[in-house]
Amino acid sequence: MTLFVLKRLGSLLASLLAASLVIFLVLEVLPGDPAAFMLGLNAAPDTVAALRDQLGLNAPLWARYGGWLAGMTVGDFGISYTYRVPVADLIGARLGVSLPLAIYALTLSTLIAIPMGALAAASRNSPLDTGIMGVTQLGIAVPNFWFAMLLVLAFSVGLRWFSAGGFPGWDDPYAAMKALTLPAVALALPQASILARMMRSALIDTLDEDYIRTARAKGLSRGQALRHHALRNALIPVLTIMGLQFSFLLAGAIIIENVFFLPGLGRLVFQAINARDLIVVRSVVMLLVFAVVAVNFIVDVTYALVDPRLRRPVT
Amino acid sequence: MRSVGLNLVIGAGITAFFVVLATVSMVWTPYDITVLSVADRLQPPSGAHWLGTDHFGRDIVSMLMVGAQTSIAVALIAVGVGVLVGVPLGLFAAATHGSLLDEIVMRGNDVVFAFPALVIAILITAIFGPGAVNAIIAIGIFNIPVFARIARGSALPVWTREFIMAARLSGKGAAHISLEHVLPNIANTLIVQATIQFSLGILAEAGLAYVGLGAQPPIPSWGRMLAEAQTMIALAPHVAIVPGLTIVLMVLGLNLFGDGLRDLLDPRLRERSR
Repeated sequence: MTLFVLKRLGSLLASLLAASLVIFLVLEVLPGDPAAFMLGLNAAPDTVAALRDQLGLNAPLWARYGGWLAGMTVGDFGISYTYRVPVADLIGARLGVSLPLAIYALTLSTLIAIPMGALAAASRNSPLDTGIMGVTQLGIAVPNFWFAMLLVLAFSVGLRWFSAGGFPGWDDPYAAMKALTLPAVALALPQASILARMMRSALIDTLDEDYIRTARAKGLSRGQALRHHALRNALIPVLTIMGLQFSFLLAGAIIIENVFFLPGLGRLVFQAINARDLIVVRSVVMLLVFAVVAVNFIVDVTYALVDPRLRRPVT
Repeated sequence: MRSVGLNLVIGAGITAFFVVLATVSMVWTPYDITVLSVADRLQPPSGAHWLGTDHFGRDIVSMLMVGAQTSIAVALIAVGVGVLVGVPLGLFAAATHGSLLDEIVMRGNDVVFAFPALVIAILITAIFGPGAVNAIIAIGIFNIPVFARIARGSALPVWTREFIMAARLSGKGAAHISLEHVLPNIANTLIVQATIQFSLGILAEAGLAYVGLGAQPPIPSWGRMLAEAQTMIALAPHVAIVPGLTIVLMVLGLNLFGDGLRDLLDPRLRERSR
């Protein structure tokens, strides 16, 4: 098991290193001079030279890449060009919105999807199953940001239960959670639809297994066999999908933040693009990639713990 | 069993409907969308404007028709990029299974897989500025590992079949076998995946355009119509509701089409998916 974790950790680090190299090269080498790019077309040559100096661009490429990597390992992402404060501080503040939002949405979608999928599988081919599948088919097709707009229309403009946007901060946890509720619901719906369909087909697969037939033969009811034997095994593929879906969730959170004017990572990165603040863009992109890779690592290790068969390398 | 054909027919019908709309819009739309008419702005649906007008007084039906061009073109080309790059990579990895090359291709895939389409779009936009072409590149790059994995995964079992042995014995090279014997055997899977990626591409394009990383004005796009409608949602809800429903209908149609196609091409999956 230790060897497995070490191997996975090795490939995690390799992936991160490769990704960081791609991000670094794309943002620093391809477009020419980053300093000139940040300052725009009309910048005076000596201003550009001063910024080059300030950004440390006169050092050789590999030294700059190494410096960036070394800085990140101790939480130093550099100084934002537009905000003039450490990027780590900027990101830290925004994460306080984006991360709770993503976790809120993930929790909601899991709470909705797992029972729905199980219900559909348990009553396979019944009207209930058809109904659930129909709803999820629709849920997959709905763009989450549009669903968010409909929620605003219904619950903010119409019923006035929620404010249409903004974030009051975590000083008042109740108000903060309330502000994140509509965004989380909007994010969770398409997510839950995909997850419920996965849950259903995984459960139907396990219900066809021999050990379920054995359990039924020794006298368990269909429901008992489902609860005690099938459910646990069906959760393994569902967990994989949840890991893979996390990247969609993060991307979705970035878009949804725009609908509700939430001061999260999404707003930060879009403002940084407009202000040509490449240091902020680079850091946020690296952070998002890190999140995706790390979550998949955790998922892999989790089910190697649950299922020893997966510890062996699979082809 | 009956619903199998039904999915396919409904899905193909909806998809064809949008393709026809987009094609017709190249030569004719009910109104000229380049003409702004402030006097007619934010009108509700009526006999003259079936789905009403937007904040510039443009006819929404006409906007949606031209927007369909953008959506379909972006998603379709992005699928093309994914297939043209990803499938050869996957076939190549399967043909050299277990070798260092296979390992490199698959690990490279993992790295690209760590970049969600939105993140790729952010990177590209930070350099080249926003535009429909960036959306194509971003979604296209995102599609590459998807197709590489599917191609490799479904090609691997084919390589153990007897007719492959026969082809090898007759002296055919790996590239030859991949193209002549493996590809036709995995084509069905790839076609089904292509319809899935096509519908995901429509959604991704809308999302990118919504946050301003996709098609730029004056090119109409469903996602940007929603972004522009957002501030007027209380004033004229139809301006926000109609483009969203259009996206839902198009994606729903493509998904049904994909499901129907899968059932048709791979009857073994029919029981599970119903």
